[in-house]
Formats: sequence, C-alpha cells, structure tokens
Amino acid sequence: MLASPAQLHIPDGFLSTPVAILFWILSAIVIAIALRRVNADLGERHVPMMGVLAACIFAGQMLNFAVAGGTSGHLLGAALAAILLGPWAAVLVMTSVLGVQALIFQDGGLLALGANIFNMGIIGAFVGHFAYTTLRRLSGNRAWGIFAGGFIGAWLAVVISALACALQLALSGTSPANIAVPAMGGVHVLIGIGEGLITVGALAFIYVARRDLLGIGEGKPAGKAVWVAGLVIALALAIMSPLASAHPDGLEWVAEQAGFLHQAASAPYSIIPDYVMPGVSNEALATIIAGIVGVVIVAAVVGALALSRRNAQGKTQ
Amino acid sequence: MHIHFLDPYEPGNSPIHALDARVKFVLTVTFILTTSLAPAGAWPVYILLFAISISVIVLSNLGVGTVLKRAAVAIPFALAALPVLFTVKGESLFMAQLGFVTLTASVEGTERFFSILLKSYISLQMAITLASSTPFPQLLMAMRAVKIPRLLVAIFGLMWRYLFVLADEATRLLRARAARSGAVPQAGLKTGGSIVWRGKVAGGMAGNLFLRALDRSDRIYAAMAARGYDGEVRGFALPRVPVMHQVVLIAGLIVLAALFGLSRLLGA
Repeated sequence: MLASPAQLHIPDGFLSTPVAILFWILSAIVIAIALRRVNADLGERHVPMMGVLAACIFAGQMLNFAVAGGTSGHLLGAALAAILLGPWAAVLVMTSVLGVQALIFQDGGLLALGANIFNMGIIGAFVGHFAYTTLRRLSGNRAWGIFAGGFIGAWLAVVISALACALQLALSGTSPANIAVPAMGGVHVLIGIGEGLITVGALAFIYVARRDLLGIGEGKPAGKAVWVAGLVIALALAIMSPLASAHPDGLEWVAEQAGFLHQAASAPYSIIPDYVMPGVSNEALATIIAGIVGVVIVAAVVGALALSRRNAQGKTQ
Repeated sequence: MHIHFLDPYEPGNSPIHALDARVKFVLTVTFILTTSLAPAGAWPVYILLFAISISVIVLSNLGVGTVLKRAAVAIPFALAALPVLFTVKGESLFMAQLGFVTLTASVEGTERFFSILLKSYISLQMAITLASSTPFPQLLMAMRAVKIPRLLVAIFGLMWRYLFVLADEATRLLRARAARSGAVPQAGLKTGGSIVWRGKVAGGMAGNLFLRALDRSDRIYAAMAARGYDGEVRGFALPRVPVMHQVVLIAGLIVLAALFGLSRLLGA
C-alpha cells in the first residue's frame, strides 16, 4: 500500500561502489550538521517532533490523487517539510523516511541510501527552501509569494533531485548521461507539477487553518549559507546536466579518471595476471566450477535442514 | 482499518531469526558491499553470492519463492540501465530496429546490463531476508551498535512507533474523501474536478495530516516530559554478542572477503 512509484529510489547494484560511498559520506556530513542544528533549535522537543513528522510524511505518501490513465500522483514531501520545518529539520525527516523505506520496505538500496538521502532529502530540502524563501521575500510575505514559492520550490526540488539521480547513474556507468538526463529530467518535470499542486494544496489549507505555522521555517532563520547552498545546488545541477548529456564522453572521462568505471581492472590487483583463478586458466571453466560449488552449497543447506527437521520430528513422536 | 500488515517482519524460529540482529545487520551490509564491488561480468562471483543468498533464505524458512518474487521489485528500475546495452562500445551482439534507427547491442554492454540487474537482485534478496527475519526494535539495536548517532536512532524508533498510527489516520482521510466523492452512472455527466483541483484536494489532506501529526507530537512530547524525559535518550547497555554468533560473524566476513578477493582476480 505504501509502495510508491519509486523512480528516484535507486536500488542497490545500480550505483558503482565509489559513487555510493562518496554520497554516503556527503550525506553523513550534512545529517550530522542537521542533527546539531535541530537539537540547538528545538532542544529536547526535537526527537518526538522529528519522529512523528517523519511518520507523517511517510504516511502522507498514501494520499494520492488520480491523474490519468490509471496513474496517480502522491506527495514526496521534501519541499513541504523544508517549508514548514526549515531545511535542517527537513533533512532529518527525509533521512528517517528514506532510511525506513530502504531498510524495511526495500524502496531503494542500503548502499545506495546515501545517494538517495542526498538526492531526495538534502537536495530536496535545500532547493525547496531556497526557492520558497526567495519568492516569499520577493512578494513581501504575501499569500501569492507563499503559494508560488511552494509550487516552484516543490517542482524544482523534484526536478533537481531527478537530475542528480541521473548524473549519479551516469557517473556509475549504469546509464549514459545523454539518455538518463533527458529521460529522468523529462519525466520529473511532469511529476514535479503534481508535487507542486499537492504542496500548494497543503500550504493553502495551513494558510487557512493555522497561518502561524507558516512562520516555523522562518522563525529560526536557517541563515544565508543554506539559501546559498540551495541556489548553488540548483544552478550547478541545472548547468551540469545539459553539459553532461551534450558530452556524455566527458562524464565518462571523469568517471574513468576517478577510476569509477573500471575500478576492478587496476594493476595492483592483478596478482596472478595470466590466470583467472589460481590454477584455473579459463573464465568459462571458473564459471562452471562456481556453478557446481553454488549448487553444492545450496543442496548441503537444504539437506542439512531437512535432516535436522526429520530428527526433530522423530524426537517429538 | 489497521495496517499492521505493513510490517514485513515474519515471526519464526529459524537459525536466521535466532541470529543476533547486530551480526545480521553487519553481514547483510557487507554482503551488499561485496556484491557491489564485484566487477561487471564476474559471473562465478555472482553465482557464489547467489548460492549464499539462496542458502540464507532456505535457512530463514521464509520461503524461497516468496523472497525471490519480492526481490523483483527493482526490475522496473532496470529501464534506467537498458541504454548501456547499446551505448557501450564493443563486439556487436545483435541489432534492434527501432523506427529508422538501428541499435547495435555490444557484448560488453549486455554483460554490464545483466551484471547490474543480477547484482541488484541478489542485494535485494539479502535486504528482504534481513527485514523479514528481524523485528524493528532489534534493527534499532543493531544501528546503535554500529554507532549510528543515538538521536537519529531515537527518531527512527519514534517514527516506526507512529508510522502505523499516522498511516491509520491517512487511511481515515482517504475513506472520508471516498465517502464524499460521488460517481454518477449517467453517461456524459462529469464527476470530480480537474486534475489541478484533485491535486489541491490531496494537498489539503496532506496539510491536514501534517497538522494532526504536529499536534500529536506536542502531546507525545508532553507525555514524555511528564515521565521525566529531559532530551537524553537512554537505553540499556547492549548485551554482548554471544560467542557462537561472533563465530558466525567472523566466518561470514571471511567468506565475503574471499569472494571479494576472487572478484578482484577475475576483474584483473
């Protein structure tokens, strides 16, 4: 029931290990800062608040609406969380949502979780916050600024997340940039509209019911640094992705230079260069042997289990 | 409606269920890392990893068919990797006619595509087995043991506790909307508003859910504070990992290290 159209949740296996680890490190740093900032802002209140609101964003993804042809749209939530709670709290909320989705529901991989948190949590929160606060300030805190900021923030968050996802796949050698970027970007330009509509709907309701809450993100100013970070992320990805898709070889070149693509082929590891396995000179033969070993392993486990069950039954009878 | 069926944990008394959650957690992550590190086309390594995951599923008594079927959830994502069939340069394998364009699939591209698919599939099997054989509180304990920040683990725990409550709440909102949405059998009479309107309604409901969650979090905080909560999340000291489970951990890590070595040899 909570299965979402997980286009942006990268499963394990689709990112090369260095890319996955790089984004784990980046996300871990931002999460650590977010934990400190939110703890300073909300104090002891923050654990229950973040936990329940993470559950809220997760459950809120069930609230769908029919679009066309049997498809439906639903909330992703990073921008809405950033608008209502501020970017740092949104990072924590989205980290919890994505973490539980990966760990329990296998929506996105565990090794890929760093990248998924980076794309949907961090980029989503920062870019959403940047667009929202900009438009809101421009409008002088008027209602149209709040709604336009909400729509554009949510739309931009989804699109920029998608571009980041496409670039990571390209960097991993999983998907060529000149196909992944336009395809991912194109689809999410549309999905982003749905996200924008839902976000505006939520803001419109809260504007009527609890206008004071729209000051939450503002009350504890996130500071210029966060605004600049949102701007830089949005600009960098908006410029980088067309460049990468125009010159996919460029990205491939970067990847190769960094040793991403052919990490396994590097010389220090070729201990026995002429042999595939020690004593086995043929890859096909190695595969066959591995197949036999694999079957033996599984058969042994099944056999041992069956035997222990029969023994257990024998004892009870 | 209660949606406890959401929790994928299936109680059991298999050896995998009985294994210490910390050992399971570390071994699962290392297994996925080893799988990820195997280079494209390292078929012998994939076969051995697959054999290990099948053995673990058999031991866990979760049902091989069930887990293998559930592990197919990532297949749609394979669409993202499909282009590498044709874009990786190499020996030509087959041609596909797409309108005016002829696409040539290379052996290397095909190898990379199926490697990605297989790695993803094997990793998912292990992740599913972990989630299905370990209750969430034990996973939280495992996260604490591997030094994930305590506050983050506490947030995870509270989120899990209230996920079902809020999912129930969302279900009620959905039911209320369904109850108030008319459908007219008469042909030609349009029911329901435009997409924009529907989107905004869903948004309003999301906002409503948010307000309820915010109020609830206030109540929860008050209740916690009433019981003496002062911002410090305290937990029992983690029990020692039993010796037998430590042996399993070390043996598992050795096997995975050996497979990693093998994949290096094959990649060279």
